[in-house]
Amino acid sequence: MEPVRGQRISVEVNGERHERDVEVRRLLVHFLRDDLDLTGTHVGCDTGNCGACTVIFNGIAIKSCMLLAVQADGASVETVEGLAPDGQLHPLQEAFSSFHALQCGYCTPGMLMSAKHLLDHNPEPTEGEIRRAIQGNICRCTGYVNIVEAIASAAKGGGR
Amino acid sequence: MLLAAVEYARPSTVADAVRLLSEHDGARPLAGGQTLTNVMKARAAAPDVLIDLNDLEELRQVSRTADGGLELGAMVTLSELIRSPEADARPILAEVAAQIADVQVRNRGTIGGNICSNDPTNHLPPVVAAVGATMTIRGADGERTVTADEFFLGVYMTAVAPGELLTKITVPAAGGTRDAFASIPIGRDGTCICNAAASVENGQARIALGCVAAVPVVLSAAADEGSVREAVRGADLDPPSDVHASADYRRHLAEVVAVRAVEEARG
Repeated sequence: MEPVRGQRISVEVNGERHERDVEVRRLLVHFLRDDLDLTGTHVGCDTGNCGACTVIFNGIAIKSCMLLAVQADGASVETVEGLAPDGQLHPLQEAFSSFHALQCGYCTPGMLMSAKHLLDHNPEPTEGEIRRAIQGNICRCTGYVNIVEAIASAAKGGGR
Repeated sequence: MLLAAVEYARPSTVADAVRLLSEHDGARPLAGGQTLTNVMKARAAAPDVLIDLNDLEELRQVSRTADGGLELGAMVTLSELIRSPEADARPILAEVAAQIADVQVRNRGTIGGNICSNDPTNHLPPVVAAVGATMTIRGADGERTVTADEFFLGVYMTAVAPGELLTKITVPAAGGTRDAFASIPIGRDGTCICNAAASVENGQARIALGCVAAVPVVLSAAADEGSVREAVRGADLDPPSDVHASADYRRHLAEVVAVRAVEEARG
């Protein structure tokens, strides 16, 4: 094995396999948005702080602005588009809608993916656990109370 | 494109990783990438070649040593450390790992990356210094093991030379020692303005102060408030001033967090 400047990668995104040639310097978030046209994943700060680019990578929540696309070769990625494959909203999305858990919506894709990662591993979280699970996701509209209530509601099967 | 052009290899054995690191000038190991990717975006670092360590399963083990201590592969993520039942052998490591950044960063960031980046505000350098951990470094000519005192050389600098790789961190068995960590962070699990780790045994404390110098400052004192304050004052700290704290204030905080860590460790 010798180092390369670019390579063909094969990544499963929301259950569908994609193959593309990418340069090593391409970030996963740009691969998703610009190569695959999956623009649901947002770039907020580009410094690893805000969490808007959160996706689920081989089952764990990560910030896709801190991973190279070549590192995703052979991996499985879930993005916000995967939550509602047939236009049918995911229970978390239903809850975000009914609890008014978004204002400008910029942080929402990342919030949803962090929340999904939480509920995948801990289906009955306490409020404290919900707050810790989204500590890497910044909402500058400061709508955290409604976000936490929405996640708690989705965990209980929806409704108030 | 945010990053400068760079080459990449993802070896599957440590031997191959060390070979690649030593054969290519300007090659750097890429662990969790939670620091390196960002400094590359900022063009503050421009490695020519990235050697991705994420396929090195041999560096992902958490295990107990024969004497009841803890052996941590350098590529164990912070989340894996937090969840590991083996890590109970010296719980301070997992306790402090849980205070680093956020879920996503802990899911990807590694213990080896946290100590090898040796940012003076990082959480784990003072912890490994206080508990007396040793670091194993592999290079083309073989393996060596160094103490924390020998490992941390300066801001962003460690004993891991170009062409070398940190492979594991070995933490001695707790025995009768109790450890604690205290910090003043920016936000709940944010960057530390000042931190301290303490290990206390038989009324004696070993304290490692973070954020006040290029490397952790290790002090010994009797495990009482007066002695700890005196030891910190006697260290003649010359901490940096920045937007979060002046040097004077950091010097004051160093005393506060040292006392808190020792009192918690003493129980």
